Amino acid sequence: MSILIDKNTKVLVQGLTGKTGTFHTEQALAYHGTQMVGGIHPKKGGENWTGAKGETLPIFASVSEGREETGATASVVYVPPAGAAAAIIEAIEAEMELIVCITEGIPVMDMVKVKARLEKSKSRLIGPNCPGLVTPDECKIGIMPGSIFRKGSVGVVSRSGTLTYEAVFQTSNAGLGQTTAVGIGGDPVKGTEFIDILEMFLADDETKSIIMIGEIGGSAEEDAAQFLRDEAKRGRSKPMAGFIAGRTAPAGRTMGHAGAVISGGKGGAEDKIAAMEAAGIRVSPSPARLGTTLVEALKG
Amino acid sequence: MNIHEYQAKALLKTFGAPVAEGVPIFSADEAEAAAKQLPGPLYVVKSQIHAGGRGKGKFTELGADSKGGVRLAKSIEEVVAHAKEMLGNTLVTKQTGEAGKQVNRLYIEDGADIDRELYLSILIDRTVGRPAFVVSTEGGMDIEAVAHDTPEKIITVAVDPETGLTQSDLDTLTSSLKLEGEAKADGEKLFPILYKAFVETDMSLLEVNPLIVMTDGRLRVLDAKVSFDGNAMFRHDDIRQLRDETEEDAKEIEASKWDLAYVALDGNIGCMVNGAGLAMATMDIIKLYGKEPANFCDVGGGAGKEKVAAAFKIITADPKVEGILVNIFGGIMKCDVIAEGVVAAVQEVGLKVPLVVRLEGTNVDLGKKILNESGLAITAADDLDDAAKKIVAAIQA
Repeated sequence: MSILIDKNTKVLVQGLTGKTGTFHTEQALAYHGTQMVGGIHPKKGGENWTGAKGETLPIFASVSEGREETGATASVVYVPPAGAAAAIIEAIEAEMELIVCITEGIPVMDMVKVKARLEKSKSRLIGPNCPGLVTPDECKIGIMPGSIFRKGSVGVVSRSGTLTYEAVFQTSNAGLGQTTAVGIGGDPVKGTEFIDILEMFLADDETKSIIMIGEIGGSAEEDAAQFLRDEAKRGRSKPMAGFIAGRTAPAGRTMGHAGAVISGGKGGAEDKIAAMEAAGIRVSPSPARLGTTLVEALKG
Repeated sequence: MNIHEYQAKALLKTFGAPVAEGVPIFSADEAEAAAKQLPGPLYVVKSQIHAGGRGKGKFTELGADSKGGVRLAKSIEEVVAHAKEMLGNTLVTKQTGEAGKQVNRLYIEDGADIDRELYLSILIDRTVGRPAFVVSTEGGMDIEAVAHDTPEKIITVAVDPETGLTQSDLDTLTSSLKLEGEAKADGEKLFPILYKAFVETDMSLLEVNPLIVMTDGRLRVLDAKVSFDGNAMFRHDDIRQLRDETEEDAKEIEASKWDLAYVALDGNIGCMVNGAGLAMATMDIIKLYGKEPANFCDVGGGAGKEKVAAAFKIITADPKVEGILVNIFGGIMKCDVIAEGVVAAVQEVGLKVPLVVRLEGTNVDLGKKILNESGLAITAADDLDDAAKKIVAAIQA
């Protein structure tokens, strides 16, 4: 099993006709035939999209039309920041089960509005400002490089894109492979938190171990650690390795990701590391040793 | 993006918030005319820098016994004397670091008779994804210390963005701040005004510390610190005009022109990385091996050769930099583009310090080939650990 997506997942692309949407849709189609089934463009409904290798997809005028015509349950958003929140809300209104927003730079206040809508819906949003998610050999939504994945037993969840690649690459090299890797994104207000994904990994039989990568800012790692401690008391736990980026980041400065900022004396790396270690996670001091740290955790 | 106190107050005034009369000045010559515009007899002369703790701050050029960055004056002559002493000098506060900040602007403000000092801020509460008021009766002091020592004195009220502030929210705020009579009526008017200003101008932080109850029982915004969400500034041309580039690092201004995420730091190993998390992790690993990073730099996922070259030039232009570590895990970013950008920058500006490059991911072989064939003195690294060890060793050699 995997979580959230598999070979049967059909995906619509919002923002397909732009450069980014086009490139990553070509990559997804080339990745074990991920079922990208159509694009959305309000003015180009009825036309076709053609990729660099002659791949074609139908374009629909709205997400709801695309959903009806294709049976898609997932949507990926590449729409630029100014229009991205409206695109997510359109997908929520079309009752898409899974919405993955790659776009970086969406105003926080727009995400506050999205979050309020999301809470009254059945949709799950991953992101924004995230690399997407991959179930190896089955389905790739987003911008992660497909070549580093290997089907296997590790669940990966991360706030950072490139550190997700590190975790994936290292667990592939260690021969463990992944069930699913999920980038939840670097923004302060987002659709899915660590806890949501950890719950899914704990419930998934094929996921034998988990890597969790956090960074400075907010308290999502501490919340996740508390969740893991509570679950462990109920007898649910899996070997875990972790990493927190930003031990050397100065307070009050936003480090690239809008959510990566230590403010008001909160959100520092040391508190997060302490909370994660107290929850039984082996926290690697180096991002180059995520794979080996997990192997040690598996040995017990 | 941060703005000065006087700009924040002017902005809040347009929304109808009660702020004192005041006049910003840029030279001591303007002090007398500014003070004459105010009713007196009490004036406050406030340093305008983007850092907190100004009142307790000290000017480097003046003696240790001299007054701080916010001063009371009881006559126009005193205002002028303070202005002459403060302008152009360097104010060091707990938030500026030892180097301090040069005071280039002062705000001359009408004094107030204070009965009580309260704390109020609005920020985004990440745990619920909503704007939230944070209030306390313990105003006028370091709120982080209050939060640490007496957390029960800090009350948070998250606001549903679809309804805005409700009467129940207002009741909680006014009772938490122990507002009564006219002050309570003022609060019920002020809180929605501040919320509206926060939402409509895309603030990321609005801090009023202190919010005061005056001896006449009325509320007034005595200090105001405002930061905006940089991602929303595309829809606020007027607010972008308030940016004061003299408050920012020159390297960071140059980087922002290229849309690079760059933060200047104090160490001596320059870093160029793709991805914010990996860029932070690269700083961390340099520290792990005993050195300090000179900067945070995320060139992003879709950078072209020119942007990479611009980033590299900003890093090499930093006189503190004794060695450079380039760390790329190419996903969208292709390793050959990074290699071409680095080679182009080195050919233009030269390379006087050791350079270690770690490439992984998309087009890694092509990237390595470009670096090898460039003839430049570049040390290749296998992974991030290896890269960090090599750059630390290189600058110690």
